[in-house]
Amino acid sequence: MGRYLSMKPSAKMSKPTSLFVIFFSLFVMSEAVFEDQVGKFDWRQQYVGKTLFAHFDSHSQSSKMLFLATDKNIFASFNSRTGDLIWRHVDKVGPEGTIDILLLHGQDALMVVGDGRLLRSWDTNMGGLNWEAMLDTGSFQAACFVAIQDTVKHVAVLKKAVISLHYLSNGHQKWVENLPDGDAVQYQAVYSGGEEEVYVLGVVPNSHLTIIAYSLEDGEIIKQRSVEAPWLSSVESSCVVVGQGMLMCVDPATLALYTLPIQAEETPQFNQILLQSLDLEVSPSFQPVLVSSQPHPARSPLSEFFLQLGPDHHVLLQLNADGYTIAPLRDFQPAFLVSFATTGEKTVAAVMTPKNETACAINLFSADSGRRLLDTTVIFPLDLNGGKPHKLYVHAFLKKDDSVGYRVLVQTQDHALTFIQQPGRVVWTREEALADVVTMEMVDLPLTGTQAELEGEFGKKADGLFPMVLKRLSSQVTLLQAWLAHLWKLFYEARKPRSQVKNEVTIETLSRDEFNLQKMMVMVTASGKLFGIDSKSGSILWKHYLENVQPNAVFKLIVQRTTAHFPHPPQCTLLIKDKDTGLASLHVFNPIFGRKSHIALPVLPRPILQSLLLPVIDQDYAKVLLLVDDQYKVTAFPSTKNVLQQLQEMSSSIFFYLIRSDQGNLSGFRLRKDLSTERIWEVVLPTEVQKIVAVNGKRPNEHVHSQGRVMGDRSVLYKYLNPNLLAVVTESTDAHPERAFVGMFLIDGVTGRIIHEAVQRKARGPVHFVHSENWVVYEYWNTKSRRNEFSVLELFEGTELYNSTVFSSLDRPHLPQVLQQTYIFPSPITTMEATLTEKGITSRHLLVGLPSGAILSLPKMFLDPRRPEVVTEHSREENLIPYAPEMPIRTEWFINYNQTVARVKGIYTAPSGLESTCLVVAYGLDIYQTRVYPSKQFDVLKDDYDYVLISSVLFALFFATMISKRLAQVKLLNRAWR
Amino acid sequence: MASVPRSFLLLSIIPTILILCADFACCNTGRKTGDGLDTDFSGFSVPFEHSFEVDDVSRFRMRGALQLRGGRETSVSLSQSQLSEEDRNTLKEVAVVDGLYKIRVPRVSLTDRQTERQMDGYLTAFVRACSLVESHLSDVITLHTDVSGYLIGVSIVTIPGACRGTEVEDEVDLEAFNTTLTIIAPTNAPQPETALFIERMDIEHEKRGKPQEQKSFFAKYWMYIVPLVLFLMMSGAQDQSGGGAANGGGR
Repeated sequence: MGRYLSMKPSAKMSKPTSLFVIFFSLFVMSEAVFEDQVGKFDWRQQYVGKTLFAHFDSHSQSSKMLFLATDKNIFASFNSRTGDLIWRHVDKVGPEGTIDILLLHGQDALMVVGDGRLLRSWDTNMGGLNWEAMLDTGSFQAACFVAIQDTVKHVAVLKKAVISLHYLSNGHQKWVENLPDGDAVQYQAVYSGGEEEVYVLGVVPNSHLTIIAYSLEDGEIIKQRSVEAPWLSSVESSCVVVGQGMLMCVDPATLALYTLPIQAEETPQFNQILLQSLDLEVSPSFQPVLVSSQPHPARSPLSEFFLQLGPDHHVLLQLNADGYTIAPLRDFQPAFLVSFATTGEKTVAAVMTPKNETACAINLFSADSGRRLLDTTVIFPLDLNGGKPHKLYVHAFLKKDDSVGYRVLVQTQDHALTFIQQPGRVVWTREEALADVVTMEMVDLPLTGTQAELEGEFGKKADGLFPMVLKRLSSQVTLLQAWLAHLWKLFYEARKPRSQVKNEVTIETLSRDEFNLQKMMVMVTASGKLFGIDSKSGSILWKHYLENVQPNAVFKLIVQRTTAHFPHPPQCTLLIKDKDTGLASLHVFNPIFGRKSHIALPVLPRPILQSLLLPVIDQDYAKVLLLVDDQYKVTAFPSTKNVLQQLQEMSSSIFFYLIRSDQGNLSGFRLRKDLSTERIWEVVLPTEVQKIVAVNGKRPNEHVHSQGRVMGDRSVLYKYLNPNLLAVVTESTDAHPERAFVGMFLIDGVTGRIIHEAVQRKARGPVHFVHSENWVVYEYWNTKSRRNEFSVLELFEGTELYNSTVFSSLDRPHLPQVLQQTYIFPSPITTMEATLTEKGITSRHLLVGLPSGAILSLPKMFLDPRRPEVVTEHSREENLIPYAPEMPIRTEWFINYNQTVARVKGIYTAPSGLESTCLVVAYGLDIYQTRVYPSKQFDVLKDDYDYVLISSVLFALFFATMISKRLAQVKLLNRAWR
Repeated sequence: MASVPRSFLLLSIIPTILILCADFACCNTGRKTGDGLDTDFSGFSVPFEHSFEVDDVSRFRMRGALQLRGGRETSVSLSQSQLSEEDRNTLKEVAVVDGLYKIRVPRVSLTDRQTERQMDGYLTAFVRACSLVESHLSDVITLHTDVSGYLIGVSIVTIPGACRGTEVEDEVDLEAFNTTLTIIAPTNAPQPETALFIERMDIEHEKRGKPQEQKSFFAKYWMYIVPLVLFLMMSGAQDQSGGGAANGGGR
């Protein structure tokens, strides 16, 4: 029925070709955002990732800046009072952009990038790059500032076989020296205490320690000594420098501390101090750790240091002035985390101790005496749904009365950052786990309590006429009450100035809006933390941290029960699978509140190969999830009697497929009555020729409104709408640009029939593709022409439908017609997705994430294999755009205007209650949520719709009719009198 | 086994040959077209097996032999014998319980005969036994190859494909297969059509190049045309923003 819709605008199209194109594009695409719409329907959140290095700006007392370097190769600055991003530098992905170290001195932030590839200096105020210097090859080991006469002028960079000294002002290299005996000795640390010398410490594991002193002036070796140290394996992990250049090492085997003066003239020896003699005991199987502090690079480090003896046991020790004896200052047990902080001349130690189940206390202690400073307790609330504290960054400052005040940044295991101010106020929290979203789903919000009650009435069984009437009346009364309350609220708020009215979204007030535009975004992050985010405001409504998630785990999020089945709560299942072993576990939760549900989970002793969600529902309206293990046995979840019975009845019509890309093997299975499986088809793509890179079916919630396309001559071309169709993309093993190819196979997932098999010659991945309705769009790199190209495949049954009532893969003997066209795309892309709407009436757009961070909304109309090369009457009638080999990119198609999404990884689309509107979430480093209207808002009145005009016209017409009627009556009467 | 001699005398072999010219000449897979082709023209045969069991456990038996010939023109033919009475009965029984009729061919390469011709493993496909019975054994079997001539998949469909539950009365209808056999190589996906487009643009350009005199018309009357166009654009812009939904259901 819907096919006639597309004929509507065609009558106006009889214009010359070129004009036609221009006119057409204007007609379709005047879609950009108006200035006053910015931020109205969309929001963006920017993240940086897991913090590796954090420094407070101690340059000036009042500075609010905080600098972070993260595992996502990002260097960023935050406002420490609000947690807002001030600036952010996103470097290359992968090892090339890794930040090895971040050092801060005054206004300069020094950074070594890419395993010692580059040395960079940033201006911390503006975030601009001061200079950048290329370093010699070799992997990075250590770096430190080098001061001379109380001013820091140089930075020393130690690499595997080379040490170099650079000027801080311009990055020029002062000198570079090869380290002697670089093959045998592992150089691991560099130290400068403000003298004329730079010390390099190297170790030959379990043999001896090498100390080389370089002259600051010209890089000449002044001294070179080696010290017997058969117990030492790594300087980096077991040694620190304390006091006046005293190397302090800890040996877990002999449970002893070793000291060695670095600067000593004569050949020194390690001095052993047994921990037992200090009355200290190391927890079993714990590697003791030393923590020291060098507040200023021009001066030697503090003689106080921490020794960690167990997971929650720290001791503050002091090296006595004689340099050989150690005095314990204070024992901290239990204490999770410790950190030194310096302000002016004072150095303090911050210690985090557990307080109770839900909170930790942080206290300050004077570093030189170990005395507790009064009124310095700060409470850190432990989130039960978050991770444990992982690291402490303390910013100490002098108050007006010369006492020490401090702020503290706590990093937890779930990558969250919490900033706490005295006296124990959480200023802000940043959920940095969201920088790495793996998968997401959007779930409808529940109805309000009153609405739900009304709904619930229909769910319950009838218990007599009178109680039913009473119940109806009571629910009507509650509805009336709610409405009155709403009116009162409106009236009350109307008197307040607009800025004060805040629509705070909390988990209690969540309810579905009129057009279902507000949804719950359930996001799964790589760190194993789950988030529930309100799609309208972007505020995090719940979070849940899954501990014991392996770093290489694969996640699959499944919505088993939607919100539609009141009073049953919605239910989501997260399948967590270890990539190496294949063993999987399930986490079942309520997507609205994030609470774990207490359903009995199936035992999964064997690796899981495939999971599939069946349309079969159990008596509680939860869809059944089937898990296939490596022996092709099937586990059902939930596995109630009812479900098993249904499965037995349906078993002969449940088919599934498995793909082993390492063997190029695709095989299909059918379920048997006893929940075992039988292999029924097999397709093998030899791995010598090509390897399977991606497989994609269609989205199960996709609706296709029109079965066919009306052609110019008014006949209908029916679409081949096979819900079981799989698009399999392969890449050739031969990487030679002339012989490389990309293969596109369309395979029926039930019968294993190869519906179409095409080869794109001289092409290479990465291939991005979207499979929807009756089409597949893919993008690849053309190795011959060196450009990105888009190709579109459309499948049609022809002008007659084989079986118009139902589609069955088992009964569709004729192969579809396949049309294909290819275009040049002037940009590489990072991800691609198609818009999705409620009923599928709205025309489709492709949402393309570009490396620039823009998201392009490309009308599918431009990717239509029926675009004619020569314009005819028929094609014009059909609204086909004449073929042009190059696909345009118009800036007004960027749905995120200037809100670029760094490193877009995925785009998620969800239908809303309005047919015209599709909700879009783009995630990567940032998260961006917006709405798109592929066919514009045909079902919504515009914001500036002139209600006054239309109603005045209506009234005027109404009165005009009344008056003229009266006049006519009078006239008739007069005529009758005559 | 009693009825075997009679059926042997009748048409014991029903070869259905269908040749699909896969255009191998243009898709040079890095192998020189000359070598190995002249020697390999004889072709080779591989077993073609089927399985249909009431308990749905695969027990493959010989159905016939596939005669494959690689090279410039890939061709395939099938020689197969009739179904025995026992087989016919089993097939009918399988059809009643909605079992599957499966076929399989070994994985082979059509071009690369020097090296090991047969790789381990089979390619399998299935069709519902009832549809095979109801179509009186008229099946369409398609073999798929990849770019370098390996067999990658096989498919079987029957025409008509539906199971309507009609009883097949005549035993003769279930004796001999009426097989249509094709072999399909991958098609080459199109490249962007730049040459044609440029040609078309050139033609258009030429067309536009000619009416130089028309320009004088604009030159003469531009002072009337420009205000008119401006006026139209202004009103048009308003109009357009008003009629936002005009493209609504264009699909």
